[in-house]
Amino acid sequence: MTSTLEAPEEPVTPAARRSPARPGRPRRLSLRDRLFLGVIVGVPLLALLIFVWLPALASFALSFTSWDGISLSDVDWIGWENYSEIFTNYPPFWPAVQHNVIWLLFTALLPTPFGIFLAYQLDRKIRFTRIYQTAIFLPMVLSLAVVGLIWEIIYNPDNGLLNGIIGAVSPGTHIDWLSDPDLNLWAVLVASAWRHTGYIMILYLAGLKGFDPALKEAAALDGANGRQTFLRVVFPALKPVNIVILVVTAMESLRAFDIVYVLGGGIGSKPGMELLSLLITDNIVGETSHIGYGSAIAVIMLLVSLTAICTFLVQNFRKDKEEE
Amino acid sequence: MTQQSRIPATGGPRRRSVVNGMMGVGAAALAGPALTACGGPPAGDPKSVTFGSNGADATPKKAYAAVTKAFTGKTELKVKTNTVDHDTFQKSISSYLQGTPDDTFTWFAGYRMQYFAEKKLAAPVDDVWETIGSGYSEAAKQLSKGTDGKYYFVPLYNYPWAVFYRKSVFKERGYTAPATWSQFVALAKKMKKDGLSPIASGYGGGDSWSILGAFDYLNLRANGYDFHMDLMHGGVAWSDKRMSRVLDLWREIAPYYQPGAGGRSWQDAAQSLLEKKSGMAVIGLFLGQQITDPALRDDIDFFPFPEIDPAHGMDSVEAPTDGFMLSRSPKNPEGARKFLEFLGSPEAENIYMGVDPSNVAVHSKADTSKYNALQKKSAELIGAAKHITQFSDRDSDPGFISTVVLPGLTQWLSHPDDGTATLKKIESQRARFFSG
Repeated sequence: MTSTLEAPEEPVTPAARRSPARPGRPRRLSLRDRLFLGVIVGVPLLALLIFVWLPALASFALSFTSWDGISLSDVDWIGWENYSEIFTNYPPFWPAVQHNVIWLLFTALLPTPFGIFLAYQLDRKIRFTRIYQTAIFLPMVLSLAVVGLIWEIIYNPDNGLLNGIIGAVSPGTHIDWLSDPDLNLWAVLVASAWRHTGYIMILYLAGLKGFDPALKEAAALDGANGRQTFLRVVFPALKPVNIVILVVTAMESLRAFDIVYVLGGGIGSKPGMELLSLLITDNIVGETSHIGYGSAIAVIMLLVSLTAICTFLVQNFRKDKEEE
Repeated sequence: MTQQSRIPATGGPRRRSVVNGMMGVGAAALAGPALTACGGPPAGDPKSVTFGSNGADATPKKAYAAVTKAFTGKTELKVKTNTVDHDTFQKSISSYLQGTPDDTFTWFAGYRMQYFAEKKLAAPVDDVWETIGSGYSEAAKQLSKGTDGKYYFVPLYNYPWAVFYRKSVFKERGYTAPATWSQFVALAKKMKKDGLSPIASGYGGGDSWSILGAFDYLNLRANGYDFHMDLMHGGVAWSDKRMSRVLDLWREIAPYYQPGAGGRSWQDAAQSLLEKKSGMAVIGLFLGQQITDPALRDDIDFFPFPEIDPAHGMDSVEAPTDGFMLSRSPKNPEGARKFLEFLGSPEAENIYMGVDPSNVAVHSKADTSKYNALQKKSAELIGAAKHITQFSDRDSDPGFISTVVLPGLTQWLSHPDDGTATLKKIESQRARFFSG
């Protein structure tokens, strides 16, 4: 993110500094300096290659194999078979894609705007604002796994809080929040939204704190009402934060895993709650792993994420250029 | 995925979840390294043996501690036990065994043991069997052999699955234990009329494995042992019409399952049986781990899963066997073998069963005089059986069961229809798991 924002500045400064300094000599760095530079650039580069690109490429390669993950000699190259299997004959695949999309849309349309709304309200210095902030942000301090545990207690069909409140505990009226395939995804989404709202709120609040109040005053002088001030002045001026929030939302939706894993009982995908990330672990983790099959799903997920992120970044760059 | 989670009643679903939450979530990435990290003493320490245990819950943990202590007392070899949560242990077993595993580790008999033996991730223990072999029945020997005919496993105990109930409930209401399917269904119907949940059921969260007990028995009783094993080993199509029959039978009793089962843990379901809210439960003897009051234990009884087809009668009993294996290159091979020899002795079994009385010893010379009534009856049931099965996820590819069969069957069970679509869905995946 940061690189996007700072990008235009970079070429200016070093070039400007370099040219007047020593025009005649291309190599002004001593051997030690070059060594030092080599190390501080080389080590992270190596780490990036080893820990990011190598595994990514390896998964890509493995997605064309059938392998149990135990001995390398058992690797069996089967071409596109995994992919064709997944697309045509893997019952949980399309539900998982669908659920990932629902997850993205839900998170982008409900908790994210709600978080922004809360941030905007809390920024107006109402009374007890710190208490509200703390209360809303609190879930964010907890790991999603713990959030899952809390909601598991709420959703318990026999003695859970929710069924207790709505009186659905007697036989026949049981509502099985976490196992009914028509309900459980929404139950999990509510739990994840509970946490996501606080996250977005704090991000946006940070943006609002750095917002120039003079702009608001000017808007007020021009006769803008609250809604107009927000939509026409504050929101566009906070573009960097908005981008961060969008990326965070997209990322969180694509990588959604832990809360579903906990609420599903820690056994991977369950009917109604399939997600791509869960299908990957289903196939790779466990006693008999299907590394190739799992990798193929991982590659599909990687491509989906890259497409989403690239489109998004390209669009933003383009807009930036147009504005300049 | 699990055979049994072995979490005592006091904790209920929460404790289980905490364990899952703390350990399970990171399992994908962390468990492997974590397991190996706490694995071991410096290589080749001749005075100690390392032991990877999945008995993380209070009762088995205490029982294993007593066993290892007795071993140290006898041989002066120290045992370093590395205990890992039951579910996590299973999920990470593959990476655990490929890393630097403990010298010996707890595991299950049957297909799951054979899988790792075939992959050369475990060492054969034929020499151990030369010492302990005389104490075991032919069936136990078969269960301990890999596909290459070598021994890879030392059994400790097994426990039967059956239909459990409270004697006092049956007495009060005048029920009698059913022997045939029609009697069973009639009894369930009557219980429902009397305001009980006829069949206690909880397969929520990670407990969906618990429905497999009923599934195995339905298939064994309706189609027989040979068909069941064929099915488990991937040799028969799931869309076979004999399978539709199994789901049809299941559909008959589905209305008598305790409602809300999909959100309840097996422990909560067992509790409802103990509290007399449910009439029966298709479960393993490990149900006993839920009981703390000895008087209550005396009130529990079971009957074998009823007969469906007279041609097969009740000749098969589902009795999963737990025991130990030797890792592929133990750091202290001699010590580890000594330890396994001890684990395969009647003495070790007596010590274990003394702490954890909800299992039955496999060794024929184990002391059965201290058995409680349930254990005695269990031993008889297993002893009289013509065929002993392990459990779906031990007799078959566990990945197939946990990622294909279980989601399919649990989904079907919450809305039981004729099941054709479910069976087709399962069948479409079979080839991926049983290619060779």
